[in-house]
Amino acid sequence: MDETSSLIQIKGIRDGLLITLSGTAWPDLVSAFVKNVDERSSFFHGARVALNVGANELRVAELSSLRDQLSERGIALWAVLSESPVTETTAQNLGLATRLSKPHPVQAREPAEELPEDAAKWVKGPLRSGGRVLFEGNVVVMGDVNPGAEIIAGGSVIVWGRLRGVVHAGAQGDEKAVVCALELAPTQLRIAGEIAVSPKKHGKSQPEVACLKDGQLVAEPWQELTGR
Amino acid sequence: MTAKVLTIASGKGGVGKTTSVANIGVALASRGQKVTCIDADIGLRNLDVVLGLENRIVYDLVDVIEGRCRLRQAMIRDKRLPDLFLIPAAQTRDKSAVSPSDMVRLCDELRPEADWIIIDSPAGIERGFRNAIAAADRVLVMTNPDVSAVRDADRVIGLLEAEEKGPAALIINRLNPAMVKRGDMLSVEDVHDLLAVELIGIIPEDESVILASNRGQPLALDPKSKAGQAFQNISRRLMGEQIPFMDLESQNLLQRLLGRK
Repeated sequence: MDETSSLIQIKGIRDGLLITLSGTAWPDLVSAFVKNVDERSSFFHGARVALNVGANELRVAELSSLRDQLSERGIALWAVLSESPVTETTAQNLGLATRLSKPHPVQAREPAEELPEDAAKWVKGPLRSGGRVLFEGNVVVMGDVNPGAEIIAGGSVIVWGRLRGVVHAGAQGDEKAVVCALELAPTQLRIAGEIAVSPKKHGKSQPEVACLKDGQLVAEPWQELTGR
Repeated sequence: MTAKVLTIASGKGGVGKTTSVANIGVALASRGQKVTCIDADIGLRNLDVVLGLENRIVYDLVDVIEGRCRLRQAMIRDKRLPDLFLIPAAQTRDKSAVSPSDMVRLCDELRPEADWIIIDSPAGIERGFRNAIAAADRVLVMTNPDVSAVRDADRVIGLLEAEEKGPAALIINRLNPAMVKRGDMLSVEDVHDLLAVELIGIIPEDESVILASNRGQPLALDPKSKAGQAFQNISRRLMGEQIPFMDLESQNLLQRLLGRK
């Protein structure tokens, strides 16, 4: 056909359509794609679309404008796949999926080959309700983790703030993972395969560390540990 | 004139968005500002009822967007305040009748003729919410001092941050000082602590709000109402004045004479 067809590939998948946009000139790519959609509006109307944008680095304004253009045409954008970490973060911020099938956190997956043992993801807080951080290494949050937020880490989780959301450390089975926070009051705490809820606390809160001891989840004040 | 576009959102329904839009609109207009309120809750319109303008609707928001009338024709002038206008929502359509870019175009057309455009967002975080915030320069997030409303407000603030809609400001509605004192209700500090955004208004629980809404006579015009005063204070803060928060704990003369705590 014409050159746009080589840039835009459409594939039917279980969850709707997977559309791959290849090329780097993003504005041209979008207008070609939107034109393509307009030409075949009856085909696209009501579709659920996952978009593979390749290595394009997209910011919130670009991605949300595309999402709005699509929704005006009756197309629901639910996922954005990208090789660029910037685009992945943007998509997560807009509440879009970044993988086609939800990976099960406890599933024994191959650990990422190139992830060094001390790799950590730095998250600037507060992490609000509906926010989700999924990382194969350690996670450090600078700020509060509010109820309704979720952190799933392959390694340990450190929260410099109040931890009130759900946190899962050692999600791939690492029993040495720990969770520490200035105020440890998670809705639910999981380390490896163990699950616990916070006991009702009284009095002044203090920094605490939670870890697995003999298969039991325990939380200890930070002072006692540093005394060791 | 270049209007500021203000959206009031909450996530959870029933926390008082529509009442606030009506009262903040009335309060601003009573201070000589030109105000246009837009009801973005298409399919479930209420703002016209609260403002008491229900029987004057001829054209609505969707008529403007679909080109069945001019913008001017859909603007209903308030019966008390000549500087206050309402663009009502359509009742027979749903949220998909409007898109975010329609709202941006509409507000751009309104901007030269007003000081403030106040948009009443529907509950939820889907299409209707995205329509309501698309054109916003500033978003006021409304919550009640209860756990689920605060949780939803937190989610909305997160979404606004993700959409780079600037820092949201918080209104806490239906605060009952006696219940807070007994420890049965979240306090202003508890809510503010969790949401960590600027606080722009605290509105006490007041039975007369329901009465006023049913009658279509916004409370902000009643100088004796504490809730009405709270809305007046929000409008003054929006206009850049520094107004301290009202003392909601103070007792009236009778309570003091009876020695109640």
